[in-house]
Amino acid sequence: MARFGSVLDLIGNTPVVDVSQLSPKANVTILAKLEGRNPAGSVKDRVARSMIDAAERDGLLIPSKPDQILIEPSSGNTGIALAMVCRLRGYHLKVVLPTNVSPERKQLLLAYGAEIIDSPGSEGSNGAVRLAQFLSEDNPEWVFLYQYANPANPLAHYQTTGPEILADVPEITHFVAGLGTSGTLMGVGRYLKERRPGIQIWAIEPPSGEIVDGLRNLDDGYIPPIFTDNHGEELLDRKVIVRARESIEWTRRLTEVGLFSGLSSGAIMAGAVKCALTIDDDESATIVAVVADDGWKYLSTGAWSDDIDDVVERARTIIYF
Amino acid sequence: MSAVLRVPTVLRPALGGVSVIAVEGSTVGEVLLKLTATYPAIKGQLLNDDGTLHRFLNVYVNDDDVRYLGGVEASIANDDEITLLPAVAGGVW
Repeated sequence: MARFGSVLDLIGNTPVVDVSQLSPKANVTILAKLEGRNPAGSVKDRVARSMIDAAERDGLLIPSKPDQILIEPSSGNTGIALAMVCRLRGYHLKVVLPTNVSPERKQLLLAYGAEIIDSPGSEGSNGAVRLAQFLSEDNPEWVFLYQYANPANPLAHYQTTGPEILADVPEITHFVAGLGTSGTLMGVGRYLKERRPGIQIWAIEPPSGEIVDGLRNLDDGYIPPIFTDNHGEELLDRKVIVRARESIEWTRRLTEVGLFSGLSSGAIMAGAVKCALTIDDDESATIVAVVADDGWKYLSTGAWSDDIDDVVERARTIIYF
Repeated sequence: MSAVLRVPTVLRPALGGVSVIAVEGSTVGEVLLKLTATYPAIKGQLLNDDGTLHRFLNVYVNDDDVRYLGGVEASIANDDEITLLPAVAGGVW
């Protein structure tokens, strides 16, 4: 057992576990990197600490100065991670959160002392981003870290997640992760490709574009600046969409190997299986897939216990992923 | 080749309100051009003037993003399912 001076020192160095029991091919190993082991429960702990450290280095935030306010759009994990770091560092955090997220996320934000600003559920994440941008322009004294454009987001993965993966799995051939802000894929992808140019980077896209109906036209679309800044289209080798039903099926299947994960990790595992199916029988491959968080804050969705048709139907209106 | 095209909510008004359309073509570009010819209101929402995909339009053939399969040159086989989706912020962020 180790002893740590702060909860923030517990961020990172997450374990990798062999889940090849779920691999469709005997010649393909699948390993899951368990980001739910981070102290606030998700991969976003790395990003939150990195962005706040960078803001302090740049003088945007001053430790111990009272009444400093941050604002951030989040459907959950970044908000929760930022709330934890802000609580420890003494900052006040306002999280712009779509109204249709699972209630556990709201409760966790409140537990860590964050303030919630509602954004319209029908506009999904896009709406939360827009509202946060509007409010930050209206309140220039607030610090807007803006995870979608903040270079400290992919940097956290370039400096920690990527090196951890290569140290633990030097034989890696494929990296599979979810595409949200694109921070994980850009940071880990760049780190791995610089050292092993042959590694394939696969992005798994949640089905959010299907449920968001708040767009007036296509020009209201959104591409994270991080993705563009890091030449995402060149860095990625494949991008695959995984539907709600398949995500929930694979979230359930993860319990067969003892993993109780969040629903997006079911999508990632479905993507890892699609990736495995592309490997020829006479080749071997090692896929590392990111399990972004655990299942606790999704229990109210009934994803493990309710009829799957009902769960899929609810996923059309509640942000699960 | 004949394939099925799934239309997102945001594009349905320009395509007569339908959510699924039977389409013909051997590449993604061909399919989208034919669609533009049949439904002029969709022009500018699918392809740029230079024939590349609209920046905020993601096109998937059997759930694979075609930007990583050759873009508008990506080939279409019989019974393929093409899905159009707007690029939006999403994921566990």
